[in-house]
Amino acid sequence: MSEPMRIRATLQGDVADVRILMRHPMETGLRKDAQGQIVPVHFIQNVTVAHNGKIVLDAQWSQAVSRDPFLGLRVKGAKVGDKITVTWTDSKGDKRMDEASVTGAS
Amino acid sequence: MSSVRRWLAAFAVAALPCCLAAQTGPDGLALARKMLAEDNPGELWIDRGKDLFFQKRGPRNESLERCDFGLGPGKLEGASVRLPRYFADTDRVQDLESRLLTCMLELQGFKREDLAKTAISPALSNGSDIEALALYVTSRSNGMKMNVTLDHPREREMYEVGRYLFHRRAGQTDFACVTCHGEPDKRIRLQDLVNMTDQKEIQEVVGSWPAYRGSHGVVRTMQWRLSDCFWQMRLPELAYGSDVSIALTTYLHRQGNGAVVHVPGFKR
Repeated sequence: MSEPMRIRATLQGDVADVRILMRHPMETGLRKDAQGQIVPVHFIQNVTVAHNGKIVLDAQWSQAVSRDPFLGLRVKGAKVGDKITVTWTDSKGDKRMDEASVTGAS
Repeated sequence: MSSVRRWLAAFAVAALPCCLAAQTGPDGLALARKMLAEDNPGELWIDRGKDLFFQKRGPRNESLERCDFGLGPGKLEGASVRLPRYFADTDRVQDLESRLLTCMLELQGFKREDLAKTAISPALSNGSDIEALALYVTSRSNGMKMNVTLDHPREREMYEVGRYLFHRRAGQTDFACVTCHGEPDKRIRLQDLVNMTDQKEIQEVVGSWPAYRGSHGVVRTMQWRLSDCFWQMRLPELAYGSDVSIALTTYLHRQGNGAVVHVPGFKR
């Protein structure tokens, strides 16, 4: 149901610059639609980023994060070809996992 | 009283940095736009458009791989920089989006009314197929320069019509496009308006559509931009893919020749 994330991980020295774009409505539960009905709350609650299977970031998000969110982080001690795995779980229980490899600096 | 004057003087000094900061406003906005553009959610639409392009869809269960954007069936690299152009099979000058419509009708067997009705998606929705497809096709020309040639007499004619429409005042507000887009440093409320008579500014525009519109949360196309301008001018609704919209696009794209395509753009 959910659409794939876009994950880019570029190596700079021994640090991987990870940039993640997610596709999600991130509804706050406060907005009303054209009929005046409240749009039900629906947002990403939990995000984890793993580097070769080891979790390097575990975040709890709220409704305050924007629609189609962007997440950037830097992972120390990475090498070209390392796996970066991103997982999110939203308030409806939907889950999504996407993976990318670390590439050399272009 | 002198204490009041001193207080006022102090206030004036304190107020100074704020006003200097305010003067750097437009640059600040440009900087913010640049920061947002680096991680543009519109990128997600490119992948989606690519999937839609190669998927077998519609009543005839066909992909769009045989769609001809002017360089031959399925040739996308550099196709959008030459659009709008004349197509012999439809005997029309067409822009990217009306050409997409043609292919989705002829190849895939969709119905025109259904497509035109949903082509421009509501704000904060999941976006339409055409928006994603238009972005994907345009993105195949990223880094190339706009080059609308007007070699064909019909293309020249569309350009002249577009130029006329751009300068022609109409409607209850007696607005022409050029009323808002003909002088430097104009704005509506806080939004800077592009001066379309300036080569550099118009190039910035034609190279950056389709674009992700932050406040709508979807990718928008040139057809949307024009129809929204028409709405803002209180003109009758601009029909999707109509000759009027194509004439204006021909004029603007030709004026912006030499612009480097960098889509998705990012708009507020």
